[in-house]
Amino acid sequence: MKLGFYPGCSLTGSSREYNESILAISKVAGIELAEIPDWNCCGATAAHNLNHELSVSLPARNLALAELAEMEELVVPCAACFNRLVMTQRELNENESLLAIVSEKLQFKLKNNIKILNVIQFLEKYVLPQLDELVKKPLNQDVACYYGCLLVRPQKVMKADRFEDPMSMDLIMQKLGAKAIDWPFKTECCGAGFSVSKTEIVGELSGKIVRNAVDRGAKAIVVACPMCHSNLDMRRPAIESYLKRKVDVPVIYITQAIALAMGLTPKQAGLQRHFVPVNLSVTQN
Amino acid sequence: MTEFEPKIVAFVCNWCTYAGADLTGTSRIKYAQNVKIIRFPCTGRIDFMLLLKAFGEGADGIIVSGCHPNDCHYTSGNFHARRRWIMFRGLLDLLGIDVRRIQYSWVSAAEGAKWADVVNTTVTAIRELGPYTDYAKVANYLEKEANV
Amino acid sequence: MSKIGVFICHCGENISATVNCGKVAEVAGKLEGVAYSTDYKYMCSDPGQTIIKQMIKEKGLDGVVVAACSPRMHEPTFRKACSEAGLNPYLCEMANLREHCSWVHDKSDATTQKAIDIVRTLVEKVKHNKPLSTIKVPVTKKALVIGGGIAGIQASLDIANAGHQVVLVEKEPSIGGHMSQLSETFPTLDCSQCILTPRMVEVAQHPNITLMTYAELEKLDGFIGNFKATIRKKAKSIDEKLCTGCGLCTTKCPTKKIPSEFNEGLGFRTAIYVPFPQAVPNKPVIDKLNCQYYLKGKCKVCEKVCPTGAIRFDQEDELVELEVGAVVVATGFNIMTTSEFPEYGYGKYPDVITGLQFERLASASGPTLGEIRRPSDGKIPEKIVFIACAGSRDPAKGKPYCSKICCMYTAKHAMLYQHKVHHGESYVFYMDIRAAGKNYDEFTRRAIVEDKVNYLRGRVSKVYEENGKLIVKGVDTLLNAKPVEIEVDMVVLASAGVANPGSEELAQKMHISYDAYNFFSEAHPKLKPVETNTAGIYLAGACQAPKDIPETVAAASGAAAKVAILFSQNELSREPVVAVVNRSAPPLYSTCVGCFMCATACPYSAIGEEEIKDRKGNVIKKVAKVNPGLCQGCGTCVAFCRSKSIDLDGYTNEQMYSEVMALLNE
Repeated sequence: MKLGFYPGCSLTGSSREYNESILAISKVAGIELAEIPDWNCCGATAAHNLNHELSVSLPARNLALAELAEMEELVVPCAACFNRLVMTQRELNENESLLAIVSEKLQFKLKNNIKILNVIQFLEKYVLPQLDELVKKPLNQDVACYYGCLLVRPQKVMKADRFEDPMSMDLIMQKLGAKAIDWPFKTECCGAGFSVSKTEIVGELSGKIVRNAVDRGAKAIVVACPMCHSNLDMRRPAIESYLKRKVDVPVIYITQAIALAMGLTPKQAGLQRHFVPVNLSVTQN
Repeated sequence: MTEFEPKIVAFVCNWCTYAGADLTGTSRIKYAQNVKIIRFPCTGRIDFMLLLKAFGEGADGIIVSGCHPNDCHYTSGNFHARRRWIMFRGLLDLLGIDVRRIQYSWVSAAEGAKWADVVNTTVTAIRELGPYTDYAKVANYLEKEANV
Repeated sequence: MSKIGVFICHCGENISATVNCGKVAEVAGKLEGVAYSTDYKYMCSDPGQTIIKQMIKEKGLDGVVVAACSPRMHEPTFRKACSEAGLNPYLCEMANLREHCSWVHDKSDATTQKAIDIVRTLVEKVKHNKPLSTIKVPVTKKALVIGGGIAGIQASLDIANAGHQVVLVEKEPSIGGHMSQLSETFPTLDCSQCILTPRMVEVAQHPNITLMTYAELEKLDGFIGNFKATIRKKAKSIDEKLCTGCGLCTTKCPTKKIPSEFNEGLGFRTAIYVPFPQAVPNKPVIDKLNCQYYLKGKCKVCEKVCPTGAIRFDQEDELVELEVGAVVVATGFNIMTTSEFPEYGYGKYPDVITGLQFERLASASGPTLGEIRRPSDGKIPEKIVFIACAGSRDPAKGKPYCSKICCMYTAKHAMLYQHKVHHGESYVFYMDIRAAGKNYDEFTRRAIVEDKVNYLRGRVSKVYEENGKLIVKGVDTLLNAKPVEIEVDMVVLASAGVANPGSEELAQKMHISYDAYNFFSEAHPKLKPVETNTAGIYLAGACQAPKDIPETVAAASGAAAKVAILFSQNELSREPVVAVVNRSAPPLYSTCVGCFMCATACPYSAIGEEEIKDRKGNVIKKVAKVNPGLCQGCGTCVAFCRSKSIDLDGYTNEQMYSEVMALLNE
């Protein structure tokens, strides 16, 4: 089984552990992820704030490269990259004149029919069916699955069922032996890009998320987005100063949770890279 | 060179599509001038020989439109028309008429915008197909034969 | 050679702005068979009609084409004018220059040319028109009213008081509808039950009203004045003649935990039940889906305790056929349930309730006997939030329309809450306060000023539960547009009014049209608000769109007046657009060969057989014969006939072929 893979910048920088854990569990599950050769930035928030054509052209180049490499399915773990790629694909399918402009720029006629999977869709399709056999060390803890905004919105594009209270990560976590708590902050805003410009806003927004998870007994917060992770994990000092209390709940990627349940070492899962230390007895006992 | 302006006849029912086309007017939605409407009580009344007659008289395209299934003012006239259309469609090839020259559609009394859309799409489609001349060719031939 | 008059209307500037009317009149005047043509600013006005009448007399016209608006608008007007001038009205046709030409095209020669083409087509049709005379049909002076809410009750009483027979059909075991569930009514705060129940009793006792509860419309055939309705009377499993309504069975029934529909799931009822104490008729029915006997074959407690032996477990649904002259549809509305709101918890929080549920909490006859207590633990809520426009005016919820009643009932709810919980705090999140109506705005002001309800202009993005409280996250767009979070005990959604489930199916049964939201459509949004597009079927109340009680009652009386007008006539004149089988001289008699394909196609069973006999009475031939009373003029038979022996008056083959030819030959 070979799938296309678009890591995006976060997975080569601040969230290397996300990348490492995906590759590690894919290897165990017998899936080869082939990186798009010469991939470029998805445009992120900056491009679509400034120049619409550019914000479509950048992801389109990646889609074109994937098509050239004859990839049929493309795994995009970063929620923001995923969102940009899916929005681009949809827009180009609906807007012929824009497609013509972009094709002209790329000097490539896009078929634009590649199937783009976010990490949850990838896990559901390729890893979940094998989990019963692959789980070696079940996780017996209460966890809070945090989806963030980009995986479920806009609803009419992402078509998530129960977009205000999604369940797909919860079901995977249950499969790993953990108990996914019912909590109301699954899709609340973490503060996103304010991380850099107005950290205190992130402190408040992420703080409310972390507080609710802890108050409801979660021993870990499980995420699938590098932005969410860095806000909940790296911005913990801002969070603690907003909450006026110390919180040590770790934030882990769902792929790390799977890696641990598969019996991989914490290092293989990249747990040492977090700001908030992950106490193994917290995730497994 | 001026663009080819097709002649299109629309056979519509009084209750849904005629009223829908009225609504297009009331809503002031503009559409192409090529389509002229003939009012029938029901699509069930439309004898498809009338369609052939229209082609014979020089029509380049035809629209047949009535009520949506289950909305027929007369309960089932539109179902009869649909069945007739399915039979008729199979014969068009034999008759040498491109099936794309007939647009079969349902437009309700509330779908003013849809009527404008049906008209405009049909006009564009027929413009691409070009004028319908096969009938005239046969007629000319027959006339010549008769004169010999 | 025909002598046709062509009259081109400018419709003020509606037509003349894009069509050169003078040119159309000029070209029309030169058409073969046209004896006179002119154009005028307003043909439908009195002087306009006078021109037509004068010319019919002066020029001896034998056909008229009025090129103006849609025939659906003014065909009757001009046909009447022709008739007054002595010309058979069916020799007049309209060319639709406004809706189908001037309004949909820009000003150009091509637009004028299209107008000319349309006029020429109709001139050709008129040449083949025949004088027709209207058909008289009798009127059955009995009305069917579907739905026993306030709309159906009002319509039934009005029609009955006008001296006509009414059959009122209600699907629930009791009449009363949503109004019977309400606590108090705006803008006067008078008790809903107190004003409604006397009307319900009046219905039951009225000599002209036959009440059928627990019954639904199964089928409707026929046409104005002559409908045939089939009603399914669902088995109540009791003998209504024997039952005295003592209620012993309902107290003894062992199945007690069925969520009560009347209490919107906030209370329970038994399997044999009367929906509420003031029900009319006050006799129970057995809910077969929940009754132990029907489920497991054992129990029969009600049968044992019934003092009059009125229980009938073997009762079956009964189909009743009725002949009626008119139908009033008063099937009402429903509201969105809390489960339809992902942002407010998908219905998983018991203390997030709908407005209708709040009515039951506030009602003296409700599950809490009128005390406001929250469903989860029965505590009196100290703080409460009302969310207006929950679903309404929200395209994302598929309901872009305003539900109209919510602003008023939310103000009422907040007031009732403040009156009942004196120390309580109430908040209303709203988009706009739409309180247009007599004494309505004063009412909402009273809620704000006198009862100190906190009105916050903004939407609520999320409601979630934390430590037994509901956290309401919203925005106050007036106070520096700040996000607000309120910790409350209960949330009430003024959820959108929606069409009743099954209304689409009902509309199809009756052949009336309905809109994108499954509300029934009126024939004209302004001038025919209680009529449907099907003659003889009228609308009353919220089945048409969300309506408050005064508006519903007004519509119901309007519909009743329309029925009374219909019933004031002994017979109706019908358009003579009917199918006719041809006749010819012997020995053929008719080209009809008696295959009766037409009869199989006819939706109205209007085609029968006729035997043509010689003088000795021997049958020579069997041919089809159309019953003009049943024929509705769809013409499906015409398209079916292989020998072209059947034709439709008003839309004959001759007329339609000449239209096609005229349209394409300039």
